[in-house]
Amino acid sequence: MKSLAELAAIRDKMKDKVSLREGSNETRIVVGMATCGIAAGARPVLNAFVEAVAKEGLSDTVTVLQTGCIGICQYEPVVEVYKAGEDKVTYVHMSEDKVAKVIEQHIKGGKPVAEYTMK
Amino acid sequence: MIRSHVLICGGTGCTSSGSAAVHEKFEQELKANGLENEIKLVQTGCFGLCALGPVVIVYPEGTFYSRVTADDIPEIVSEHLLKGRPVQRLVYDETDGAKTDDQPVALSDTSFYKKQKRVALRNCGVIDPENIEEYIGTGGYQGLGKVLTEMTPEEVIDTILASGLRGRGGAGFPTGQKWKLARTLVQDGGQKYVCCNADEGDPGAFMDRSILEGDPHALIEAMAIAGYAIGADQGYVYVRAEYPIAVQRLQVAIDQAREYGLLGDDIFGTGFKFNLDLRLGAGAFVCGEETALMTSIEGKRGEPRPRPPFPAVKGLYGRPTVLNNVETYANIPQIIVNGADWFASMGTEKSKGTKVFALGGKIHNTGLVEVPMGTTLREIIEEIGGGIPGGKKFKAAQTGGPSGGCIPAHLIDTPIDYDNLLAIGSMMGSGGLIVMDEDNCMVDIAKFFLEFTVDESCGKCTPCRVGTKRLYEILDRITKGQGKLEDIDKLEELCHYIKSSALCGLGQTAPNPVLSTLMYFKDEYIEHIVDKKCRAGVCKELLSFKIIEDKCKGCTKCARNCPVGAIEGAVKQPHIINQDKCIKCGACIDNCAFKAIIKE
Repeated sequence: MKSLAELAAIRDKMKDKVSLREGSNETRIVVGMATCGIAAGARPVLNAFVEAVAKEGLSDTVTVLQTGCIGICQYEPVVEVYKAGEDKVTYVHMSEDKVAKVIEQHIKGGKPVAEYTMK
Repeated sequence: MIRSHVLICGGTGCTSSGSAAVHEKFEQELKANGLENEIKLVQTGCFGLCALGPVVIVYPEGTFYSRVTADDIPEIVSEHLLKGRPVQRLVYDETDGAKTDDQPVALSDTSFYKKQKRVALRNCGVIDPENIEEYIGTGGYQGLGKVLTEMTPEEVIDTILASGLRGRGGAGFPTGQKWKLARTLVQDGGQKYVCCNADEGDPGAFMDRSILEGDPHALIEAMAIAGYAIGADQGYVYVRAEYPIAVQRLQVAIDQAREYGLLGDDIFGTGFKFNLDLRLGAGAFVCGEETALMTSIEGKRGEPRPRPPFPAVKGLYGRPTVLNNVETYANIPQIIVNGADWFASMGTEKSKGTKVFALGGKIHNTGLVEVPMGTTLREIIEEIGGGIPGGKKFKAAQTGGPSGGCIPAHLIDTPIDYDNLLAIGSMMGSGGLIVMDEDNCMVDIAKFFLEFTVDESCGKCTPCRVGTKRLYEILDRITKGQGKLEDIDKLEELCHYIKSSALCGLGQTAPNPVLSTLMYFKDEYIEHIVDKKCRAGVCKELLSFKIIEDKCKGCTKCARNCPVGAIEGAVKQPHIINQDKCIKCGACIDNCAFKAIIKE
């Protein structure tokens, strides 16, 4: 270790990985991962969200979680977004290619993607 | 891409309850379910709730599983990790079955953790202690970087002084003062040393062990900071060989720190040089005393020597030395990074910061807790510790191990800090806290600690070698019903002689368990001597076992289980215990289905 910059580089690299254990984030993206969700393709959606959050450097404020069956199995994969102080937004029939737009427009931009929600 | 971390406690408590098998099974199951690229397994240090081990925590939810066995793993993997449904039956339930909703209890929400303030233990149970990058990821080595690039050694010492940090090993000497003396008293440009006392020996204390096992880099970073502050380039950690996991992780951590250039020459390109080596102790209690410890590092028999000269003037190999305890060091990097004011904002007027306690004895949550100084005993025992099992009544808490004393029930609201504990006849010690209920005999407790001191006395000075032995013999007589009233005066007199004349701290504090129990529980001593009674039912010689005639059904079970054949009686007739033969082992009570046998 020859400089503080080297230390900072390791810290930045590791921070995202360790911050997962801190928990108290403002935004939670919850993916339904019960049998119905998995059968409808929730796992690639879950992984796409995890990757997108890391790629966009959002892991300080956003946590991706999984949950069980919400009860609307015919609409799976279902993804719910909880932002502090706002109403919950429920996305239905999600797929991997819809993830980028949710991240960009809703998570970062603050505007829910109306076309992906329940009609 | 990793979406979830599974933390498995690899501390000593959980290792002994089988966490290694849990870890192995997790690896197999994750692979079998194709999750090895999505879920990361992390072996951490102690979480603190040792009574509930093996402990597993799943992040990001923070779901807290307790008493997990290898057989539970397939269910956790397929239900929780795959389908997002926490396995409720394994989730820690602090309400003892009265849980109302089915939400999993996150670790941070339990009352065990809520009242805690984790500074020294901040990384224990959070990071992988064998991965230096995880330590750096949580802010590790920032403190060392800061002192080497932005601060003069004097500024470092002033910061530690201003923080009010006092030694966590027992005596509570101001750490900054110690460093200042080591820096300034001898300035001949010669060798100085930084040592760490990791020879934790108090019965029941395991906080240093947990820090070494859970966050070894914090110690390394702090010792390098101390080296810079006093002008030393060599450090030694004196750790007991009975702590194999701690020794191994510390060695791994030192090797990693060398590899990353955080130990060795020219750290951070500043020209500062610091090396660190381990020295293993063979387990003598006296080697936790500072002069004995340094003598032992030198390869000699671990015996104390009179002070002065203090180690700051003449320490290891006759050179100025700073010697601090593990927990003391664990606070240092945090103080440097967050500032002296931050640290001084916690605690009481003369005792700043937090203190780790090892909770043991008659308490629900046996384990490690860290609370701000000034927290009351009641908060620690009733709220964090979950109270006393079996609805028994709190009688006393023992702090400070063999050097400390007992705090009786009427002082349970005393805010705990160095000075308050001294004022009520106990001491902080390293932080063992043993809770006792009405089934504990206070004379027996004093005898227990004296037996320990007699065993561990190094024998160099007479007051300790002979005096503690005589104390023990008097206590032993009293517990056998052979005591006389003048024994109490003899005990007190002898205690004061030993306190004022023993060579080292261990001898000087050895009478404390006797003095403090005499101060608060003299009536129990008198009861043993005059009435020949032990109200707690501990001192066997003062007990007799009796069969209540009305309750005895004559099943013969007690007679069959009596190891000395002391119980007589015909089938379906009340039995009788022959008091001459009875050895008071209690086997009959344990075996009686009708609760017909009592001891009194």
